[in-house]
Amino acid sequence: MAEAEKEKLTIVVFSGELDKALAAFIIATTGASMGMDVSMFFTFWGLNILKKNEGPAGGKGLMKKMLNWMNRGGTRRLKLTHFHMFGLGTAMMKKFMKENHVPSLDEFIKMAKDMGVKMIPCSTTCSVMGIGEGAFREEVGSLAGAAFFLNEARQSKVTLFI
Amino acid sequence: MKADATLDCVGLYCPMPIVKAAQKIKEMKPGEVLEVLADDKGIKLDMPAWCQTTGNECLAIEESGGEIKVYVRKTQK
Repeated sequence: MAEAEKEKLTIVVFSGELDKALAAFIIATTGASMGMDVSMFFTFWGLNILKKNEGPAGGKGLMKKMLNWMNRGGTRRLKLTHFHMFGLGTAMMKKFMKENHVPSLDEFIKMAKDMGVKMIPCSTTCSVMGIGEGAFREEVGSLAGAAFFLNEARQSKVTLFI
Repeated sequence: MKADATLDCVGLYCPMPIVKAAQKIKEMKPGEVLEVLADDKGIKLDMPAWCQTTGNECLAIEESGGEIKVYVRKTQK
């Protein structure tokens, strides 16, 4: 299919839980497999999914540093919506995923990138949450705002809010 | 049914059989048939849906003893 006639799928990722992130990436990678042009907009807690696992928490100034330290993010630190149980439930689900050959969230992010899925952090929420440049993993594209999202959504056949 | 290529997706769950089949079909020539082996029952509805969206043809779905064989003809350009 030519670029111009591709159907679009746009997903707003507002939540930062592991299960919701997986749901978003399963739909995104499937959409790309179906020949759709996929954009994912990350805002508020969803930004945690895109944060690097390693390195300092980041943020300029004491308060932003503190906020980023408490709201550390990164795929490895995400919790389940239910049955997190101080990490026990989450670890159990990751074990079951591995046993059933379900890709990890890291693998899904890499796969999405390879398939041409655009991952766009919202610039306003980055500033509201004190997230500085360089906080995000390499797969992440440039920041954008609501106008860019709405322009994508306007042209999309499917728009989801997760 | 005769196939030009076979993709083993046994033990894989949604979305992996679809993701892998899409990659495989991309490498194939129009008119060729791909056989997908799977055991995730979701594929019985997923593959026809994928074909409807991408414009490929789902020729047959055979199931025996938990193993599902799906045949897809590449018709998209």
